[in-house]
This record gives sequence, structure tokens and C-alpha cells, in this order.
Amino acid sequence: MQEDLSSGRIRKAPENFLNQDGIKTVFAEAKNGRRDFIRNAFAAAAAGAAGTTALAQGNPVPTEGGDANILNLPEHSTGLGQGVATEGYGKPSKFEANVQRRQSPGLTQTTQASVSFAPLQSLFGTITPSGLHFERHHQGWWDIDPSKHRLMINGMVKSPKVLTMDEIMRLPAVTRIHFIECGANTAVEWGNVAVPTVQYTHGMVSCSEFTGVPLIKLLELAGADLKKGKFVLAEGADGSSMTRTIPMELILSGEVFVAYGQNGEMLRPEQGYPLRLIVPGVQGVSWVKYLRRIEVGDKPYAAKDEAVHYIDLMPNGQHRQYSGIQECKSVVTTPSGGQVLLDKGFYNITGLAWSGRGRVKRVDVSVDGGRNWRTARLEGPVQNKALTRFNIDWIWDGKPAIIQSRAMDETGYVQPNYKQLRAVRGTRSIYHNNAIQSWLVNESGEVKNVQVS
Amino acid sequence: MSRFRNAVLTAAMLAVAGLAAAQSTKYPGVGRNATPKEVAAWDIDVRPDFKGLPKGSGSVDKGLEVWEAKCAHCHGVFGESGEVFSPLVGGTTEADVKTGHVAALTDTSFPGRTTMMKVATISTLWDYINRAMPWTQPKSLTPDEVYAVLAYLLSLSNVVPEDFVLSDKNIADVQKRMPNRNGMTTEHALWPGKEFGKPAKPDANNVACMKNCVPEAKVSSFLPDYARNAHGNLAEQNRLVGAQIGADTTVPERKVGEVSAPPVKKPAPAAKPAAKAAGQDGKAAQALLNKNACMGCHAVDRKQVGPSFKEIAKKHAGKVDYLAQKIKTGGAGVWGAMPMPPQSLSESDAKAIATWLAAGAAH
Repeated sequence: MQEDLSSGRIRKAPENFLNQDGIKTVFAEAKNGRRDFIRNAFAAAAAGAAGTTALAQGNPVPTEGGDANILNLPEHSTGLGQGVATEGYGKPSKFEANVQRRQSPGLTQTTQASVSFAPLQSLFGTITPSGLHFERHHQGWWDIDPSKHRLMINGMVKSPKVLTMDEIMRLPAVTRIHFIECGANTAVEWGNVAVPTVQYTHGMVSCSEFTGVPLIKLLELAGADLKKGKFVLAEGADGSSMTRTIPMELILSGEVFVAYGQNGEMLRPEQGYPLRLIVPGVQGVSWVKYLRRIEVGDKPYAAKDEAVHYIDLMPNGQHRQYSGIQECKSVVTTPSGGQVLLDKGFYNITGLAWSGRGRVKRVDVSVDGGRNWRTARLEGPVQNKALTRFNIDWIWDGKPAIIQSRAMDETGYVQPNYKQLRAVRGTRSIYHNNAIQSWLVNESGEVKNVQVS
Repeated sequence: MSRFRNAVLTAAMLAVAGLAAAQSTKYPGVGRNATPKEVAAWDIDVRPDFKGLPKGSGSVDKGLEVWEAKCAHCHGVFGESGEVFSPLVGGTTEADVKTGHVAALTDTSFPGRTTMMKVATISTLWDYINRAMPWTQPKSLTPDEVYAVLAYLLSLSNVVPEDFVLSDKNIADVQKRMPNRNGMTTEHALWPGKEFGKPAKPDANNVACMKNCVPEAKVSSFLPDYARNAHGNLAEQNRLVGAQIGADTTVPERKVGEVSAPPVKKPAPAAKPAAKAAGQDGKAAQALLNKNACMGCHAVDRKQVGPSFKEIAKKHAGKVDYLAQKIKTGGAGVWGAMPMPPQSLSESDAKAIATWLAAGAAH
């Protein structure tokens, strides 16, 4: 039997279903009074299941009287391990190689104007590891020499200013945890189910601890006209020189900041190294990467990504323009589409909730497709415009179940279902789909992405 | 004497002024004034009221010339291509030019939405072509070329006639003919401020019902069986330990009755992380391809705008000189009608890439 990559949850089955060992185990289990075990094991055999089948005990006592993983001391208990600084920058375990950000096949024709999705199904807590943070590039990403990067502030200011990274990093800093969600997260699901897993349905959301300088401080430094200057243009230094209009009200609140830090280190290049705008609660496209320029103006700018894309088509043919807030949303990440429940019994349903209008107040979970709900535990501290982890006990009886979560934020707004959302916006608005997600757990234990009526 | 006194006074006044300047900021010594030259170099945005628009002009004819050389290989000769990006042109009518509402946007059966169907502001197009196009050489067009390209696009949509010359003088008049100029609204709850007036209430509010909220749920949409493995084997996209494992989507779903006999085929960890280059050669070539923006149109193992490097390697194995020359001069016809523009990379880079290609384009 292969040992190295097998999970602790299931015992490896003998090849060709039941060999002598397997049969021994079956009889041993039977002796222990586990008749359902023997019945299922033989039912599977009778059904002629192709290839291999598991002995479905989560953690059975083998016939040898103990688990080989306990009885035979492994190399790591009997040998000498590796030294310090073997890796100057540590990497995840080799057993975690399945945890990767991924492209959705067929979504885009180029990799430079594309998306990769964060593997939400494999993440814990609320902080997204920087290397698994979702990516959205419009014209490819760059690794920019920070000593050559400049930030310019101009427009309705007393004197246009230029700052180096050295100077920005001298200023008083704030460190805050915020989610970032692409306005097009869950976009492919507006009309019907299109993708199998939570990585592809919801993986354009991530959450980091960002460090930087409130934008208002920089505007004050340049002597910005904060009365007449109602709009701010943020511009990137990359090929697309991405521009977006940022509302002055949000800047005056102190929430908007220019960040160089992410999760204790500098921003990753894919996230805009060395400088990125943080616009909490607002869709990711406003979080301009490689930030090179801030312009204060008295009118909005109608940039490409607020006049051609990131506009929401309504059923009457009008587009909603300057639609930025990511409204309250949640999703169960475990169990979720493409996973298999290994057994009946206890499970901890868990997922993520967030709101672009403030804190998550409550999350309810249904296992019967939205008919009845129970309130989940929130894993605190619950932070402003940040991912919030929820979980709730569930005992699976082996019957089909439809799992949903429904979040509520501190404004009292309750996450809508598809019916409510489509009644107002139709199915063609692409952006800002915050509908309740449904996962069907089949009797086989396999979980499917579904929509319910 | 008096000169000396004046000098002292001036010095004192300067010192006071300097002090005042230093005290006007909380952060003395941080940041400096931008020079007019610096601001001019970076302040390139053009607003809907044409603030920031450079003087200049360009004809539809000139636009077609630039278009065929620099734009058509991604967007199609008539801006109609959806092969690489969404189509730019199509879906607008003479009637739309009159009303400022694109009628096809209300037609749910209309396939896709082009840029010209959506965009309300002509400034947006000028600004974006100027700052971000062409795809692999952004900011390389002159203002006159930007006017010309935009004139060509507008002529394809019948917003301007074929003999039109677009300029800073007449662009405001053309704005009045934009097919979807009246198609935008800011009456919604998704702008985080009051800059557009009082924000509306959220439009799709649910209630937090807890018991017997809806009739029994019916599944109305799900993925068909044939799409089971369309996103790759999901077993390889889940951690090896945990409450759940990934479903092996290379085989059909287990039947009921096998509840306690779930698939046991252990998911092997994904063989290679996306960006792992095997050999040094592959890695070096990759760096050159990235440096010279080849990957904007080619991929290693699948067709993009142009053929994949693997296909090229197969067809032209061993032909280093031919490939190096082809990279420099571009061409059309070998792989289809889509032309490859001449590439302005160094001799040595072209040779290195050609050598890598001729040797099989090792990943």
C-alpha cells in the first residue's frame, strides 16, 4: 500500500476491491457488530464498482491490533530532520500542492487580460495567503523596482507633489484587514449554474491585512481642494494604466489608503507591488495596482472600466454606472461543489461572509434549500469590510441536502436569493451577483453546484 | 550699506517664508513639488468634458491604415472579432444614433454586447486607446493616430461618415451622435458617497425568515454530466486531508448505495504548479518571450491569436535562421490570415527565441 499521499480520513482500499486482507477486515468489523459496514462493503462489491472501493471507516482499528502509522515509527520520528533556513523563504508542505489558484477554462483567450481564482474550498479563517490571492490583470503584471516607483498627486491641489516609496514609507501608517472582491465575482452564474466549485463561483474574493498611508493625508500634503474636489482619479503605472474614479466622501472618511504592505510583507507583484490603492467595500477594479498618480477633480472620469466594463445592464437597457459597493454576501466553502462527504455523521459547515457596507452582523445556514434556517457562529473578531468566517454543526443523515448561507450586515441588509435579485436586475448585468449559493449534497456524498427555485 | 541691509532683510524674509512653508505641512521633508514637465508626462487622462484632450486630428482613412497595422490582428479588420477580446463594433443602428439609446440592449436574444453598444462617452474611447493600446505597445500612438483610429471605429458604427476627420474641434459634436450616450444611470445604491446626489436604497433586500420560509426547494439548474470534468479533475483541486475530499471527476459519480463506499482513488497532488518551468532553457526562453511581449499573442501549448510555440516548433524544427528572420519581419499566410506585425526586438533575443523554437520549444 502506498503510504505517502494518502489521507488520514480514509483507509486505502485494497486493489480489486477485497483481497485477503480486505476480507479479513470485513469479518473483523462484523465481529465487532458493525453490520452496516459489512452490508455496504458487500453491496458495493455486488454492484461491481469499477476499480477500487474504500473501506469506508474513517478511522478503524485494523486487524493487526493497531494502526501501522502508530505501530511502525515513521522516519520523521526516528531520524534527523532538516536544518534552519533550508529555504530562505519557506514554502507550503509538498502535500499541499493541490491548493493552487486556477484559471477557469475558456473564460479568457489571453493570460494577461484574465483572472485566476483563489481556492476558497481549501482555506481556513479569513486571511488569504498572499500567494493564493486571486488575480485580475488587464494588461499583464509586472515586478516594478520600488526605488524607481513614484506617486504623483495633481489636479485641484495647491502644488502638485511627487513622492518616492522611501517617503511614503516614512509617513504614519495604518494596518487594516479588508476583503477585496472583483465586481464580476460569481458573474457566470447570473443565468444558470456554469462552474462546479466554490473556487470558480466565488474565488474572486480575497482578504488581507494591508499596511499603508491614508490617502487623505497625502491629499492634505498636496493642499487638495477638499470642497470642490469631489472626485479623485487613481491611475496605475502598468501598460493599461488602469484608471478609476474614487468618491471623495470615502476618502474623507479616512478608509481609503495607499498600501505597500500585505500580510506582514510587501505587496506581491501580482497585487500591485510596490503600491496599491485600498478602497474598502468597493469592487477590486478600484483598488488600482502599481499606483502612480492621484488626480483631484470636480467631475467623474468615465474611465474605460467605468464606462465600457464594470457597468451593470438592467432589464430596461440602461446601464448602472459608477456601481462600486460589494453588497453583503456569503458562501459555504465546506462542504462545497466538487467535494465528497466521506461518511454520514457530524460535519462542521463553514464559510465566509462579507459586506461592502460594514460589519457582518449575522449568518444563517439552511440545509433544506432555504426552507428552515439556523444562526451560525461567527469566528471573531468581526471586522469592518473584512471576510468573516462562520460555522455551524450539522449531522448528515445520508439523505440529499441543499446547503445555503444567508448573511446580514450591520445596516440590516439581508443577502438576497436569485429570485429576488433577478426580479430587479434580470440575468444580464454581469456584475455584483451576491445571491445566496446552493450546494446539493447527493446521497453518494458528492456535492454539486445547483440553483433552486 | 543699504544694499547690505536689503540683502539681510531679504535673507530674513526668505528664512521666514521657508519656515512657513515647512510648517504648512505636518510632514516636513516628505515629498516635493512636481515639475510641469513631470505632470505633463503622466497627466494623460481625458474627461467626458474633454478636459485633458490634446489638440490634433485624424481621418477615417488614416485610421484604417493604423488599424490594419496595429489593431486588426486582435480586434479584426472591422473591429468585429471576438476571438481575443469582446467585439468593439456592431449592434448599433441609425435609430440609436438619433435616440442615444442602443435598442439591442433590451433584446435578450441579442448575442453579446460590443463596446460601441455600451460606451456613452467618446472621451472614454480616446483616453483608453491613448493610454493602453496597442495591447503589447501601450502609449505608442501619437495623438493624431489616436484621433484617426477612433474616427475609423466611429465610421464602422456609422456615427461619422467615411470621409470624416475627427479633431479636438469637432469631438464634442460627435459626442452628440454616440449611439448609447443616454444609456447610463447613477440611480442605484452602489456608489459609496453622495457625489451623484442622494443614494438610492438597496434594490434586492431579503428578509431573515427562519421557519417554513419557502416551499420545498426544487433544483432548477445544475451542471450536465458531460461537463463533469470540464474544469479538470476536481480531486486534484482539493486538499488531501479534511472533512471532504475532491470528487474524482474522471469517472462518473458513484451510485446511491455506495454511500459508505466513496471513491478511494487517491487524488494525486497536481503534478506541476502552473508556472513551473522544467529546464533552464525553457525558463530563459520564457523570460525572453515575456520581455518581448510575445505572450500577448502566443501561448506555449495552445493556439491564441497566433499559433502555439509547440506548433511552430513542430513545423519549423531546426530552422533557426528562418524563425529568427520571421520573428523580425512578421508576416501572414503561413498560419492563417491573421498577420503578425514585425517585431522590434534585438538580434540576439530573436536568435535565442528562434533557437529555442527550433529545438522543440521545451516547456
